[in-house]
Amino acid sequence: MLTKDKVLMINPEKCTGCRLCELVCAVKHDGASNPSRSRIRVMKWEMDGVYIPMACQQCQDAPCMGVCPANAISRNDELNVIEIDYDKCIGCRSCVAICPFGAMGFNSIDRKVFKCDLCDGDPQCVRFCEVEAIEYIDADDVAILKKQDAAAKLHATSNKVALKSA
Amino acid sequence: MALDRKIAYINLTTGDVEVKSIPLDVRKKFIGGRGLDAYLLLNHSKKGCDPLGPANPLIVSGGILTATCASATARTHIMAKSPLTGLLGSANMGGFFAPEMAWAGFHHLVIKGKAKKPVYLFIKNGTIEIRDAENIWGKTTTDTQWAIQDELNDKEVKSLVIGPAGENLVTFANVMTGIKNAGGRSGMGAVMGSKNLKAIACRGTMDINIAHPVEALEYNKRFIDQITSAKVNKTQGTLGTPMIWGATNSWGGVRTRNFQYNQCEYADDIEPEAIDEICEETIGPYHMAGCFGCQVHCRAQYRIPSGPLKGTYDEGPEYTSQGAFGGEPDTPRAETVLVGNHLVDQYGVDNLEIGSLISWAMELYEEGIITSKDTDGLDLRFGNDEAVLEMIERICFRKGKVADALAMGGIPASKIFGKNSFDFLIQVKGMSNLHSDERATPGLALNIATASRGSDHLRSRPAIDLYHLPEKVLHKIYGNPVPFKGKLSSEHTEYVGKAWQVFWQENCYMGVDCLGICKYHTTFLGATLPNFEDWPKVLYYNTGLKFTPKELWNISERCNMLERLFNIREGLTRNDLEKGDMLNHRYFDEPCRRGAPDVVGSMIDKKKFIGMIDDFYEHKGLDQNGIPKPETLKRLEIANEPSHML
Repeated sequence: MLTKDKVLMINPEKCTGCRLCELVCAVKHDGASNPSRSRIRVMKWEMDGVYIPMACQQCQDAPCMGVCPANAISRNDELNVIEIDYDKCIGCRSCVAICPFGAMGFNSIDRKVFKCDLCDGDPQCVRFCEVEAIEYIDADDVAILKKQDAAAKLHATSNKVALKSA
Repeated sequence: MALDRKIAYINLTTGDVEVKSIPLDVRKKFIGGRGLDAYLLLNHSKKGCDPLGPANPLIVSGGILTATCASATARTHIMAKSPLTGLLGSANMGGFFAPEMAWAGFHHLVIKGKAKKPVYLFIKNGTIEIRDAENIWGKTTTDTQWAIQDELNDKEVKSLVIGPAGENLVTFANVMTGIKNAGGRSGMGAVMGSKNLKAIACRGTMDINIAHPVEALEYNKRFIDQITSAKVNKTQGTLGTPMIWGATNSWGGVRTRNFQYNQCEYADDIEPEAIDEICEETIGPYHMAGCFGCQVHCRAQYRIPSGPLKGTYDEGPEYTSQGAFGGEPDTPRAETVLVGNHLVDQYGVDNLEIGSLISWAMELYEEGIITSKDTDGLDLRFGNDEAVLEMIERICFRKGKVADALAMGGIPASKIFGKNSFDFLIQVKGMSNLHSDERATPGLALNIATASRGSDHLRSRPAIDLYHLPEKVLHKIYGNPVPFKGKLSSEHTEYVGKAWQVFWQENCYMGVDCLGICKYHTTFLGATLPNFEDWPKVLYYNTGLKFTPKELWNISERCNMLERLFNIREGLTRNDLEKGDMLNHRYFDEPCRRGAPDVVGSMIDKKKFIGMIDDFYEHKGLDQNGIPKPETLKRLEIANEPSHML
């Protein structure tokens, strides 16, 4: 069932860096394995073992939408997703240049810009991420989940301190 | 399409590069990956060629499924004649290199000749460039990778590199990618070093079109669910391979003090849970990393917790590092294992081989065959942590008489050390045995004795033999895709049926190595994992090629026979202690001293062992000398090899 106002919540700490999300994204959308076609990409700091998946934030005030000279980018309120109308798109790549997250891509094989469409409500990156580094949840819940997570860490730390001083 | 990935022939002496397509009939016969590599090695090397000479071809490949929508297709395979064994050299590693090479347009590289000065290859979207590497020569494995990324100004470049050990032609130097992914065994790094080839860098953005993308995606999901639901993979995903070390040591399957004991005592510090705690404390609750497209994520991340290298990041330590730097030299201390693991990663040397050789040298020191005069005063006694770490350094940089001899490999070193040093060398075909002790497990002993690349557990080990599965289950696994009418035993101490299990596993592992998939995704540690029955669908959905399970079995058998043909050409004989399918005498005349009640006192019954070899040869279609029968070669359609089709 499609739920309105759901977002991708990414927890880089959980990411194992396997890049399966990139693979399934490209295959789902283009029928080809090719990370440069993927809407989600994992950025890595290998010497620190840090992996950060980067994807479209579906911004409320989306710079890509604002900068588009052809009015080809709009918000689909049903899915809470920013969409490209390829009939209007002139391929100027202004949206690629302005996106602060690098979430808008340009595919040099098809000569088209592309971005995350949340797989019409069933994001494959989420479906395949067994460690749940990417979750698809109600926008309202993001903050409370992060609060719970942070609180759990605080709780664990205070327990540790208490044990040490005991 | 996966099928349009090319093969490139690169001559480093002349700088010539030739690119060819891989014909469909070649694919149907050898698939890709290790299988096709074996074909290429047999066709592009001459009998008796110097492993460290320009004529030895270095072959690098991905499997046919590499970077397709199948699970865990991360594996890179490297093949050449081995400078360690003088026989087949073959190494396999995870990471992200092979997929990048496939996206750059290539499945196989055949590298011949020798560059006049250090070079590296840069492969990008169908083009191959030979670049100067003089500024990079001398760097560690990770520094090399970052230096190449900086030079090319591209952080997405993935490189396969050698470290100082490869440059110094240590005969068991490995090739590395990422922090710790190693094509470890048989000295492929030394072959690269001998060619003045420091690295192969890849960057690709070319499509690999999936033949049936919707089905491939759905089947991959099913596959992943099957793989992640296996208990063994869940444990691998939290503790990594150290969990195997802990389990094996608990019943007495870990060789200690070279081969004097079969269990490491006082090892609490390097038990899997203890290593995991260090990972947790130094990295955090999420400290497991994965190779390309793999949901097992068995690679632990850690920082060295104490000592001079405190805070240094690395990954692992695997089962092998625990054995090499903990169990074998009897130094079961976490810091020693973690630092040792870090040093071998940085210098680019096989942890398993170097650890085994250091322990061998320690026993020779104990026996008085080598003395402190030979070691320049280093106290090479068992249990000396500093000596282990110092020896890693000395061997990789070939410092001092003993280390320089060890850097040549066990058999050449035994000729330098003289006396009865060879008797203490725990090796097959010149390659040190894994630190596991197979005296209580005849099936596993047969595996290391007959593995194609020398003593090795990843070419035919029936590891599930240790699970005591009911015979009915064993017949279900080992009776497909070709029937087996003989007896199979649930007892790991038995000899009955083990030859068939080893033969079956040999074909199974060749299968995954041709596909380019990790062994954790097949019948290796988990009895419920995919094999021949499941692969035809994955192949069809991803490449459009149709095979039956039986056809895939035949291809595996054929490719294994190519490896056997290469080994025979280079001097393999049945009972030769240096180049044969034979174990060190200690397997037959020294009983296990520690471990579980059914393990204490175990050793391999030589007569029964010879019977297992007979059976194994029969299953493979070899005569009693281990040579393929003419009808076998005909049946496998390789009677006319080398055929020079590619």
